[in-house]
Amino acid sequence: MYNFNYHQAKNVDEASKLVTSVEEGKVMAGGMTLIPTLKQRLAKPSDVIDLGKIPELKGIKKEGNAIVVGAMTRHFDVANSDVVKQSIPGLAQLAGHIGDPAVRHRGTCGGSIANSDPAADYPSSVLALNATIITNKRKIAADDFFKGLFETALEPGEIITAVSFPIPERSAYMKFPNPASRYAIVGVFVAKTGNNVRVGVTGAGACAFRQKDMEAALSKNFSADAIKDIKQSDNGLNSDIHASAEYRAHLVNVMARRAVQACG
Amino acid sequence: MPSVTITVNGKPETREVENRTLLVQFLREHLGLTGTHVGCDTSQCGACVVHIDGYSAKSCTMLATQVNGSSVTTIEGLAKGDQLHPMQESFRENHGLQCGFCTPGMVMSSIDLLRVTPKPTERQIREWLEGNICRCTGYHNIVKAIAACAEKQAKA
Repeated sequence: MYNFNYHQAKNVDEASKLVTSVEEGKVMAGGMTLIPTLKQRLAKPSDVIDLGKIPELKGIKKEGNAIVVGAMTRHFDVANSDVVKQSIPGLAQLAGHIGDPAVRHRGTCGGSIANSDPAADYPSSVLALNATIITNKRKIAADDFFKGLFETALEPGEIITAVSFPIPERSAYMKFPNPASRYAIVGVFVAKTGNNVRVGVTGAGACAFRQKDMEAALSKNFSADAIKDIKQSDNGLNSDIHASAEYRAHLVNVMARRAVQACG
Repeated sequence: MPSVTITVNGKPETREVENRTLLVQFLREHLGLTGTHVGCDTSQCGACVVHIDGYSAKSCTMLATQVNGSSVTTIEGLAKGDQLHPMQESFRENHGLQCGFCTPGMVMSSIDLLRVTPKPTERQIREWLEGNICRCTGYHNIVKAIAACAEKQAKA
């Protein structure tokens, strides 16, 4: 790892100012992705700005018909939160299967979303639940947030402070994990509210996306059978040593059907 | 170089470290506590698991500066003199180790499991150990050791 200057930010304002005033600043949440990236010398920031000691970024609360998760809330806390388990069981299930317990003790909701790793779990839930990303500057709609591989709508100095997840009637997340890293080879989040169904897919493409053909079919008939013949195109999907694009396309349908079934 | 103070096994330790120093390097190289192992170095194998303010975390994927001011417990901090921690004793009784490389991490993770889930099912034990890899594949006795320790604690 190359050396860097380290700052423990006292608040989001300070972090935002620091990251734009230094040569090449990088904001660190739980560090579960950033530290491995630094260790492999895939990034060489001049300064790392740690959000770990900003208490107002942590916590889960119910606000109206939404669950608001502070950006620095750990996966472990989301997975074990009674209010999340009752309101959005799919989200608790998702958070409880990220990495392993020791990783879930450090990794955060905001960090996962801000990084837009193609294989991260959270982005699928952001899209399927039509969440709102709250930053120090504005509110960003889920559909406007993920732009590409490790690319989001976040501007320089813009830091996620919380994510507001509207409470659906039913939700579930199913993933086919890589057995070593537990990252999603493909993960599908399904959320249903009235006749509105949204399907968020992660792991398959450059960044998370909605499967709109499945959404249309499920809106008319919310059953696994309704989507069994809907083929995900493998055009542009990820292909690597873990799975070919064709196999990932196949898994999108399998995981989507399992998620619909798990919605009960 | 910046200075960090971390309470390790109950004792405050102040050292000058580079910002890039990993917690596991701090423990092994600066304090000489080599019970915490580096296995995969990619946060998958769990040989480096320690407790930070009571919860388990992978010390190969944390900076020493991140835990400045925190309390860390390592495998060396478990036994009281000659008396092993009940989890260590249970690993010994149940032959929960073969080569022993993964054992410190396994023991630290297992203790954290019983903190969160005092009476785990076999499935819960196996799921919790997802981030601890034993290359001797001795999982069966490790799971037995944890179940036995949980049972003993429930009776006590």
